[in-house]
Amino acid sequence: MIGDALAWILGAAVVISGVFVVASRDLVHAVLWLALALLCTAGLYAYLDAPFLAGVQVLTYVGGVATLMVFGVMVTRRHAAAAAEAGNDSNVVGAVVALGVFAVLAIAILKTDLPTSTAPTPDTAELGRTLLDDYLLAFEAVSLLLLAAVVGAVVIARRRDVEARTQDDATLLPTMRTGAD
Amino acid sequence: MTLVHCLLLAAALFSLGVYGLLTRKQAVALLLSIELMVNAANLVLVAFAKFAGAPTQPIVLFTLAITVAEVAVGLALVMLLYRRYDDTLLDAASEMKG
Repeated sequence: MIGDALAWILGAAVVISGVFVVASRDLVHAVLWLALALLCTAGLYAYLDAPFLAGVQVLTYVGGVATLMVFGVMVTRRHAAAAAEAGNDSNVVGAVVALGVFAVLAIAILKTDLPTSTAPTPDTAELGRTLLDDYLLAFEAVSLLLLAAVVGAVVIARRRDVEARTQDDATLLPTMRTGAD
Repeated sequence: MTLVHCLLLAAALFSLGVYGLLTRKQAVALLLSIELMVNAANLVLVAFAKFAGAPTQPIVLFTLAITVAEVAVGLALVMLLYRRYDDTLLDAASEMKG
């Protein structure tokens, strides 16, 4: 019973902090609200018999949120730009579309005959065995994806340096040739 | 809390993410909105595992890993945007607009 009440509080906290994520103009505040939303979701996972997923959620998002915070601080040096974001008419369009999405989803959820089952959820040991048994191929593919993402991120973020260097080479080459002449 | 409540909660979170995606102009804020939407999807998967006995918990782990990859590449793109236009408002990158 107490767990149920706690779950309702966590659910309300998730939605409220989600509202602040999209509503707060300051990026750093938005990131902090997102951290709260993700933490409360981790609490909901624990309530829904997924303690391992709750732990993973907390561990991965602490690092992720810290990185996002750094970016938020780095990127919003200009307060004029942040102020320019307020008060455009795409807010109304966005609200209408979001409400429409919610209405469609809610109608679909309420009209569907949802399955009920009392099958026990897997504990952590069973989850690990499933990952390395049924999902082994997907597991390895994900590790490859992470590697590719890290390499890709480095390549994208460094591209300008490389371009500058090749440009230097291009300008260097004629002078070297005239020097040889 | 039952399955219906969890699904409605996830639907609300997803809609919030849609709203953020459509209205924000900061590139990092778009990443935050996408995180919200992924979070909603994960909540649905965990709720189905609990109330319907669906084997969806391993999928949540994969979603988390893919989200991390997405954020890594997304932040690299933000870096590139910042270096090129000295700003991360997406309006800055509108050269292709006719």
